[in-house]
Formats: sequence, C-alpha cells, structure tokens
Amino acid sequence: MMRSKPDEDDYWNSSKFRAFTFDDDDDEFSTLKESKRAVNSIVVDDDDDDDEDDVEKVSWSGEPVGTFPDVPSRSFAPELRKPKAEYKVSKPVLLVNLVKGRAYSFETFRSLKDKMLLLDEAVHANDGNVITAVLIFLKKSLSKEILSRELTSREIALRHYIHYLKEMGEQKSLVELLKSLGRTEDMALLQYKEHLNIKDEVRKKEYLKACIGLPFSPEDASHVQDHYTLLERQIIIEANDKQAENKVEVFKKHPRKASILNMPIITTLYYSCFYHYGEPEGTFSSPANIRSTFKISEKQYFLTVLGARAKLKEWFDVDRLFTAKNWFGYTKKKSPIGFHRVVDILQKNNAPVQVLQEYVSLVEDTEQKISLAQKYKCHDIVIDTYKDLKDRQQLIIYQGKVERNSPEDRKIQDLLNNTQIRWKN
Amino acid sequence: MKRRLAQYSTRTHDFEKHDHRSRDPPVCHMILVSEGRKMAAHLSYGRVNLNILREAARKELREFLDKCAGSKAIVWDEYLTGPFGLIAQYSLLKEHEVEKMFTLKPGRLPAADVKNIIFFVRPKLELMDIIADNVASEDKLRTPRDFHVLFVPRRSLLCEQRLKEKGVLGSLINVDEYILDLIPYDGDLLSMESESAFRECYLENDQTSLYHTAKGLMTLQALYGTIPQIFGKGECARHVANMMLRMKREFAGCQTQILPVFDTLLLLDRNVDLLTPLATQLTYEGLIDEIYSINNGYVKLPPEKFAQKKQGEGEKDLPTEPKKLQLNSAEELYAEIRDKNFNAVGAALSKKAKIISAAFEERHNAKTVGEIKQFVSQLPHMQAARTSLANHTSVAELIKDITTSDAFFDNLTVEQEFMTGVDTDKANTYIEDCIARKDPLIKILRLVCMQSVCNNGLKQKVLDFYKREILQTYGFQHILTLNNLEKAGLLKLQTATRNNYPTIRKTLKLWMEDANEQNPNDISYVYSGYAPLSVRLTQLLARPGWRSIEEVLKMLPGPHFEERQQLPSGLHKKRQQGENRITLVFFLGGVTYAEIAALRFLSQMEDGGTEYVIATTKLINGTSFIKSLMERLEVPP
Repeated sequence: MMRSKPDEDDYWNSSKFRAFTFDDDDDEFSTLKESKRAVNSIVVDDDDDDDEDDVEKVSWSGEPVGTFPDVPSRSFAPELRKPKAEYKVSKPVLLVNLVKGRAYSFETFRSLKDKMLLLDEAVHANDGNVITAVLIFLKKSLSKEILSRELTSREIALRHYIHYLKEMGEQKSLVELLKSLGRTEDMALLQYKEHLNIKDEVRKKEYLKACIGLPFSPEDASHVQDHYTLLERQIIIEANDKQAENKVEVFKKHPRKASILNMPIITTLYYSCFYHYGEPEGTFSSPANIRSTFKISEKQYFLTVLGARAKLKEWFDVDRLFTAKNWFGYTKKKSPIGFHRVVDILQKNNAPVQVLQEYVSLVEDTEQKISLAQKYKCHDIVIDTYKDLKDRQQLIIYQGKVERNSPEDRKIQDLLNNTQIRWKN
Repeated sequence: MKRRLAQYSTRTHDFEKHDHRSRDPPVCHMILVSEGRKMAAHLSYGRVNLNILREAARKELREFLDKCAGSKAIVWDEYLTGPFGLIAQYSLLKEHEVEKMFTLKPGRLPAADVKNIIFFVRPKLELMDIIADNVASEDKLRTPRDFHVLFVPRRSLLCEQRLKEKGVLGSLINVDEYILDLIPYDGDLLSMESESAFRECYLENDQTSLYHTAKGLMTLQALYGTIPQIFGKGECARHVANMMLRMKREFAGCQTQILPVFDTLLLLDRNVDLLTPLATQLTYEGLIDEIYSINNGYVKLPPEKFAQKKQGEGEKDLPTEPKKLQLNSAEELYAEIRDKNFNAVGAALSKKAKIISAAFEERHNAKTVGEIKQFVSQLPHMQAARTSLANHTSVAELIKDITTSDAFFDNLTVEQEFMTGVDTDKANTYIEDCIARKDPLIKILRLVCMQSVCNNGLKQKVLDFYKREILQTYGFQHILTLNNLEKAGLLKLQTATRNNYPTIRKTLKLWMEDANEQNPNDISYVYSGYAPLSVRLTQLLARPGWRSIEEVLKMLPGPHFEERQQLPSGLHKKRQQGENRITLVFFLGGVTYAEIAALRFLSQMEDGGTEYVIATTKLINGTSFIKSLMERLEVPP
C-alpha cells in the first residue's frame, strides 16, 4: 500500500470512464449539483488523505464514448455503442453512472440523508458492483449501529452487504449485523460453520460446546448438542485406542486405517462394533452406549452391527444379533430389516453356505427366497420350498441344474419317487 | 424406461457421477488449442442465426487483444477455457499475436518471451491473490512484461480492491471486462453459464445475476430487434422484465432499426418448477449429462469402449485418457438422436448402421468412372458418419450398462412413485435404505427434495426422520446444507393443510400413463411419463393461452404477467402464411437437457405454430443443481 500511490492514481486516471451530459436545468434533485462536483473531482474511493487539489487534476473528456479513440470499449457488441452515446441521462441513473464511470468520490455525501439517497439510487440500478461500492463507503463513514438500522428497511442493500462481509471473511461484523437484525438463527448457523476452520480437535470441541447455547431452531439445537457430544466421545475413544493399538488383539489383527475423530455417528458406531463389541453399556466406546446416546434407529443399528461383525467373520455374533427369546423361552430369529438384505450383506462378506442358508430360509417372500437360494446354491432350501409348494414341475427343472448323483440330485429323486406327496402338477 | 418396461438385471452399478478429471497440465492444453479452425456452422442452422451473437463476441475479443500491442501470452482461469472455446479458437488468438497460453496458478509465471501477459479471469477474490502472487514473483532482472487483467464476464469492484490491497493494481496496464452474458451453445440454445445464479437468487437473495440477465437480453434485442411481447412467471421473471423495461426507457429515442426476429419472450423462474430438475432425465443427451456431465458442449467418457481395433493386430492398447467428445447439432447423427428417449436410441442407431453400410456397399455398383468418382467424393462424409456411429454406439452401451442396473431401476421407480403421488406423505424405505448403504449424499438429497416438492412439503415427523438419518450417516456439518435447501424451498415443512401438487399434476397433465417413447406424441416422453411443468406452461402459453389455467398459475409461486414493448412503426412483422412464431424461453436459475428436448419436440410438431429458442443462466441437472446449494464444507488450505 505504501508507495504505490502515484501508480494507482495513474491507473484510475488513465482508466476509462463513460462520458455523459448533465441536465443542468434539473434542480429539484438536490444531490445533482453535488454529484456533478463529485464527477469532476475524481478520486479512487475514500482514501482519507486525498485533498481537494489532488483530485482536480484528473482528465475528463466530455466527448461521447463512441468517438473516444483510446477508451477501451466496455460494451458487448459494437452495435450497442451508438445508443450509449446518445444516452440522455435521467436523474436516477446519474449517481450510478458516476460509479460505473470508474471515477467517483462519495466525500460530498456528508449527511445521513444524502448517504441513504445515494444508497437507494445505487440499489435502484441493480448493479451489484455499484451497490457494493456505496456500501463500502457507508461502512467506513457510518457507525455500525446506524448502518445496520438503516439497512433493516433496505432489504436489497442488506443482502449485498451480507454478501460483501461473507466474501471478505469479516465473520465478526457479520455476526454482529445478523444479531442486530434479529436474524438470530442465521447468526447461530454462521457461527456454527466456523467450527470447520478449526483443526485442533480439543479446540473444536470447546468451540462446539460454546455453540450449544446459540439461538438455533429447536431441532438444530439438539443436532449441535449431539455434534459436541460425539466429538467429546471420539476424543476419549481415540486416546484410549491409540494406547491399545499395540496391545489388544483386535487392533493388532486389524490395524486401524484412520483416526475416528470427526467421523459421522454411524461410522463411529461401526468402529465401535468392530473394535469394542461386547463392552458393557457403561463404557463410552460400547455400541450400546452409542446407540442409546444418539438415539440411533433400530434399523441403522442392526445394519451397522451386522456389517461390522460380518466383516470380522464373527458369525456367532451375527447369530446372536437376530436371536430373540420369546416369553416361553423359545428362540426365534427376528430382524428389523428384511432377511433378504441380511443375506445380501452376509454374502458380500463371503459368509459360508451354512450361515447363508439359515438366513435365506427366513426370507418371507417365497419367490424371493427361491431366487436367493438358487443364486447362492442353497439346494436344500430350493428343494424343500418346491416340495412345500407341491410343485413337481419346478423340482424336475431344478434337478436338471444340479450335479448328477450329488446329494441334492438324490434328494430330488427321492421326493419325485415319493408317492405320498400330492403334487399339484 | 418405464417401470414396467425396464429390464430386470442383476448388475449392480451405482448411478452416480463418474469423475474422470485428469490432473491440470502445466501448460494450458485447452479446447481452444485442439479445435483448430472449426467453424461454428451449427449455430446458424436454427431459425434464428445465433452466429451473429458469436461474431459480435469475437469482434469484441479481437478489439481487446489489439489494444495490448505486441506479442502476448494468456494466463487462463481454467474455468473460462470451456466457455471461451465456444466463442473463439486458438487460431483467432494466434492471429492477434497470442504466442503462449498458461493455466493460472500461484508462483512465478513460466518464461515466455512476450511483451504482454494477459490474465483472463472470473471476478473471484481467490484468483486475485494468485494474480498478485504471479506479478510479485516476476523476475526483476528480465525485460519487464506488461500485465493486463481481463475480467469475464464482468469486472468487480471487490476484486480490484483486493488487487490494490495486494499492491499490484499499479503494475497492471489494463484492467478491463469482457462481457460474455449469453454464450451460444447450439443453434437454438444460449447460456450464461453462471453456476451460482440459482443459489444467488433464491438462497442469498442477491439479484446481480438477474441484472446481468436483463443486460444480456438488451444485447440480444440490439442484435435481433425488440421483442414485442414479454410473458413471465415468478418473482425473478418479474424483476428481469421490470429492469428490461426500464433500460429500454432509459435508451428511449435510440431504438434499434432491426426487424424483430423474436415474437415473444417467456421468462420462467426455476422455482416455479423445482420438480423437473430433480427428476432423472431419460433422453439420450439428458442421460449423458446425468451420468458423465456435459461441460461446455464436451463430455469425458471412460475410454475402454472406445479402443481402436486395428486390422491385423491381435493386441489392442487400452487407452487410459478419458475419451473426449464434442456434442452439438453439427454432428448429424447426434442431432438426430440427442433428444430421443434413450429407449428409442438403440433402434435409431441400428437403422443408421444399415444406411451407412448400404452406402458403403454402393461401391460394388459403381461401374463407370463417373460413378466411382461420385462414390469417392462422398467417402469423407461417409467415413465421418461411420466414426460418429461408432462413437455413439459406444456411448449408448455405456449408458445402457447403467440404465439396466438394479440401482437405476429402483431409483427411477421411487421417482415415478413420487411424481404420481404414491405415498409421498410417509418416510420412504428406499431412501432409508440408500442412506444405510451410504449412497452419495447428493442422490439422497435429490430424492428427499423431490418427495418434499411432490407433497407440497413434508410432515414434521417425516422431515425430522430424514434429517436425523442424514446427519447421523453423513455428518453433522450438513446441518448447513439442509438449512440451505429449506431456504431455497426445495425441502420444507408442510404448512398448508392441503397438498396442491395432485391438483397441479392433474390440471396440467404432468403425468401421462401411456407415454410413447419410440414415437412420442407428447413432451412427457422425455421423462418416460412425466411432462416437465416448465415446458407444459410454455406449451399452454402458445395455445390456448394462460388465461385458461389461471387457477393453477396462482398455486405456483410468484406473479405471472404480460408486457408489451412498443415497436417503431414500420418494424411490425408481416408474417407469411404458415410461418411459425418464434418464442425465446428464458429459464432463470437453470434448464435441463430434457426440458430443452421437450421444447425442441414442440418446435418440430406439425402445425405447432411456434418454434423455440432457449436461453438460461446455466445448463443444469439434478446433481449440479443440488450441489450448487450445498454449503462448501472443505476447509480452506
């Protein structure tokens, strides 16, 4: 910034401005005269140290743009230039041209009323650049309280101001502004978003803790609370597991690929089912504790446990997961997810046929059961189901698909020879 | 591609975007370089010659280049190379002494013995920091080079301020803007390629892009004459029309003396029809975009299916670079099949194959020297046709692998259930399963938003359920994205006691049970049953007029209106007997390829009476649409 000033001035002075004619007769518009002065006193923006003399030296040509030989064209197509040259300036566009001509000083707008008039005109022109230019000037020349008060009734200017603060990364000003406008939910979300920029997990955790009290909507408030709790748990689990890495069997056999910090809840649950299965509910790292703390749905819980235990080929755990005792002590397999999906997951984890078979037989829809059984070569299920359906034809067809003289071939033959069965076909 | 028609297959392809981006090369090998001197003839094929617009843009570019006298190197903001490729090829730049081109990145600029270095950049603050770094790292011992910045599509005060703060503004000889509002993409298609227009308008309430839209429309009117009739639906449409009318008043007295080319302008807000972009497009071009994403008229495809089989060679080398194809109506075959329902593409391709092989067979019939000469003269055309056929057969195979997968089928089934109003008020098991499977988040959001739109908002219990599942599975930081979707109206709580979507669907006939995919008789073929709301509104405007659907229009967000622009006497168009009207449909916030296909279908309809030219802020699909609304979560470096 220091000694580049002359260059800057050169730049601004040599750069292009659009010429236009003033309508001097127009005196009902109070700022017009001032504006004219402003146009003639071109300054970069609001550099405080620019005195009046400096600003007068700028070249200005009153010639229309179309005949301006060395002014870079700013119009899209040459055809469009002609109209601009003949363009008669009306009141509302005057101030805007002022800025668009790249040469402007707002110093002449001293009173609040004038400043707001300037802003309204800028907004009226709809050009984001113009509005932003005016807002930067207002930001420097008005107190925060007054500016946000004035912006309350100027929705469009306000949006631009918010956008400007966001772009410039002026987080603090933005939060203050939203607060003073009563847009507390937006403010809360904006503050929450900041956590993404914090790398250190302990600091992030503390930041999230501070966020809990912010005026979120009730649903979001509970999510943010959960987010904090999750990270808090993850930090504890991570510290413990780092210690365990070289000692505990499961970690040695299946080394951790990444830290659990900042992972979603379901990933954390999976991790816990993988490394901490069977721990009592009292420990933070136990699946049961995670399930109840974060109110994980039964479906999600089952899927996650199944995925993790199947990955480890712990078929016994899988079996226990679905086993429910009823009042009479009988055990029965139950699942909140369809057994066809259980089969799918088991199969993807290369479960042996004996394990698969058990779950295929539990699939409710007969057609689906047969198709899965055929796909995974669970011959007994296919044969028994056709037998139950008394479907001789299908059984004969299936016999053609199995190996000759194999146990299943013989089983089918026995059934077909059985005269006790009343086949439907 | 209807539920009942789709084949059941055991293949499991995930229906998601395949990303085949290669790493940035140090030197900018862009579209411009590879295209050579190809003319943009396809732009003048349509009813309206869009080449005029392109020529105007080229002229502007040449003028800027000539302003920086002497040899030059261009440093490209990579994002711009695509849109620029549609305006100018390398040859144009070369004629104006552009000797080298680089990709913009931090550090010292490569050595190049040129007088001028020109930065072609979007007005983005982070790019200003790179420019500042480049300029500051310049070797002081060498002969100094002149620096220029060209902002595309507009200069920005904030950016210039940033350059000033970094102390480099003074070292720049020229800071200018290249106003590229409407870029001609095809004979009937213009796009501003402003990726964030929808987000700005509906989320951030920043209407700057609408101002640029109005400006772009003024440019268009300067080249193609004043458009006498303006219709519109939606808040943004109203806003754009107001700005246009005011700009016209301000330019009063300098009317362009051009006979109007367009009869009507229809401005449509994207938020009038949020459903259409969420649905999976089922036209050929739409599916290419859904699966591989089309950028600036190009698509990058996995190379395996494009391996060249050379005669006499047993082993073929498998290419590793993605296959890049240009897609526009200059290619005869593509123009023919792009807008067809994908289920009709196979038949079209095999028909074409027969024609081509028959043409090659002709050589046996060529007996006389004259006949042989005739045959030989057609050879280049025939060979091009054969290459084109081979390419599109490969593309169709790639797409078919996906459309015949279970994942695609299941997803489509749920979409169609929502669109027909089946169980939209309950939590959907398929969505729940997709979350449990950790399918891409965008896919989930697309479906949930679709359900919300088709149910005029979700019940509290359902909304809470989806939100919890999403946050638990994908991470809490997505609270921000969910809030964005709510603000944009894509996801909402049902407040009205009555769901008005069924009424809208029935009145506008948005669902056609027997959509004909092979020989369509209605626009609904583009989504195999669903007729895009936006295009239905366009169709009804032409005939019988919006007065007949006042009630439904009131149910859709924003005002609808009609304005007339006075024409200077003598410029009133005298339409020939049987001559079609031309309507420019402007989609504010984006348009999908399937919607474009539907409009082209209407243009081609016999005694339709209206032909359409399409303009938009951005070409979108459900994925890019949702993505534009997601909160940027990556931590800045």
